[in-house]
Amino acid sequence: MAEVALRQVVKRFDDVEAVRSIDLDIPDNEFVVLVGPSGCGKSTTLRMIAGLEEVTSGDIWIGGEVVNDLPPKDRDIAMVFQNYALYPHMTAFENMSFGLKLRKFPKAEIKQRVEHAARILDITELLDRRPKALSGGQRQRVAMGRAIVRNPKVFLFDEPLSNLDAKLRVQMRTEIKRVHQKVKTTTVYVTHDQIEAMTLADRVVVMHHGRIEQIGTPQELYHHPKTRFVAGFIGSPAMNFIPCRLEHTGAGLSVRISDAIVLPVPPDHSARYQPVVGKEFILGLRPEHITEPRSNGRVSAGGEFSAMLDVVEPMGMETMVFFTINGTEICSRVEPSSAVAPGGKMVLHANMDHMHLIDSSTGVVI
Amino acid sequence: MSTATMTMPAPRAGRRASLRRDRRWALITSYVFLVVFAIFFLIPPYYMIVTSLKSDAEVAHMATNPWIIATGITFDQFKILFTQTDFLIYFKNTAIVTVCVVVITMVVSVLAAFSLGRMRFWGSSVLATGIFLTYLVPDTLLFIPLFQIVKAVGLLNSYWGMVLVYPTLTVPFCTWIMIGYFQSIPKELDEAALIDGAGHMQMLLRIFIPVALPGIIAATIFAFTVSWAAFVYPMAFLYSSDQQVLTVGTVTSLIRADVYKWGMLMAGALVAAAPPLVIYAFLMDYYIAGLTAGATKG
Repeated sequence: MAEVALRQVVKRFDDVEAVRSIDLDIPDNEFVVLVGPSGCGKSTTLRMIAGLEEVTSGDIWIGGEVVNDLPPKDRDIAMVFQNYALYPHMTAFENMSFGLKLRKFPKAEIKQRVEHAARILDITELLDRRPKALSGGQRQRVAMGRAIVRNPKVFLFDEPLSNLDAKLRVQMRTEIKRVHQKVKTTTVYVTHDQIEAMTLADRVVVMHHGRIEQIGTPQELYHHPKTRFVAGFIGSPAMNFIPCRLEHTGAGLSVRISDAIVLPVPPDHSARYQPVVGKEFILGLRPEHITEPRSNGRVSAGGEFSAMLDVVEPMGMETMVFFTINGTEICSRVEPSSAVAPGGKMVLHANMDHMHLIDSSTGVVI
Repeated sequence: MSTATMTMPAPRAGRRASLRRDRRWALITSYVFLVVFAIFFLIPPYYMIVTSLKSDAEVAHMATNPWIIATGITFDQFKILFTQTDFLIYFKNTAIVTVCVVVITMVVSVLAAFSLGRMRFWGSSVLATGIFLTYLVPDTLLFIPLFQIVKAVGLLNSYWGMVLVYPTLTVPFCTWIMIGYFQSIPKELDEAALIDGAGHMQMLLRIFIPVALPGIIAATIFAFTVSWAAFVYPMAFLYSSDQQVLTVGTVTSLIRADVYKWGMLMAGALVAAAPPLVIYAFLMDYYIAGLTAGATKG
């Protein structure tokens, strides 16, 4: 049990700056997910916390102690790898107990700890098997078991579900969450899958180009993204980004998307946007906020427009429809019963209560 | 969908038959070549066995068929070889030299390969290639400078000198095999071991050696074979009978001027070939797995 802190941590590989001065505080027992596209520096950050990569500059604190110069074994951390990294010549039991044996724990305690972890992970039956005789999901459980038995200060997960098939991934995701609820330990989890990040995390850290774009709870990131990158990265299907112009209309403000489509800005947003009226922006709206008028709950006045559908994707409980406005493809989420065939016209309503106005040059959400 | 299926042409019976015919021909050709090669390689051992079981008189008799035993099997050649020659001394010397060389080779090459293959440091890849290049220098050239070295350390005409010089043949190649094998082990395995609390030596002994066992066995077999069958070095450095090894000893003691004791030569060659044969037979699977490591994703 320990808090983890990163202070102006930089990692440079020759000329490439993989991590650019990041600051992060992770309180005791928190489950933090580092998420971002490939090459954003999330895995490097995790490996620096683990001690597998040296820090170029800055400090890493674990449990109130700077660990920059401590080898991995002295940091009291446990790590679960993407490809499990189980020792192929050892049984599940031996794999899980290896770290304890090296630390010269008494045999009885090793046995008790491994059996306890095996019970938590439901792998008691598999303890005598070698990794070769285990399925992907079972191997990942053993890898987690190897981390749990150590009872470390911090758990580190490096894309642990990427090698599993889609169904197993969902199952193991729940499993990891369940284990964290049982074994309360500070956890840093790296993934490129934003759904994994949203479902598992107490707080999500979105990284991009070696920097932290935003830190927040999944809900905060989803509803109040601070940048276009976060807005586009979190949520599936991704947020629509539509070029627009902010204008005065009568008493209030509105955004003009095309000559025909002018959407009213809700009065409670007006004060914020008042100073920037007349400029070009990007309107950010999630697919579920562009829908048929009756399912948008409280229908604000205006906000309706009609669109010619290009593609219709039935998903079962909902249907995605795609159409184009001024060359921008837009996705909207409608009820299966109200979707029309591709090529047909459909009246849609933009719920502007959830609008985001993004500065197109800086990418910052206003 | 159904219309698509209906319009699909039915597979032609002719093409199927031709596929089967092609396969049959491929099999027949393979078997023909396998049989030819098997016969080709089995002729020398067969000749050795047959000759070693003949009496001297039958071997010397020019009129008999050399491929069959006409006057009955006799083990006299073996009896005389074991009791009246220094063959058993050669065998003992060879065994001592080989065991020592294999142990030295494996200790040096496993440690070298681990550091060159896993612990990335400046110049490690150049060094690895350099080690392999030394293997390409033939022993027929190396024995001249080595003679000076062996003489300088006072091991001329001592089989311990062989223990010193054989590793110059075995270590480079075994290190090369082991580097390839160690590099094929995923790097997460050592990272997991580091986090579990292992030092480099523990990592090597408890993770890498067990995981790389097929490679180690392949390297061991190689070192064993080279050491057991070496000819040039003992020929150059050993000259008294009590220090001689099998390869040179058998030849020098059983060929006197132009007198060839064929029966005993063959018996000696047969006994000398037995240990590598037994080791190969038991460890062949590991040997192949070791040599092909890294060729495909394991």
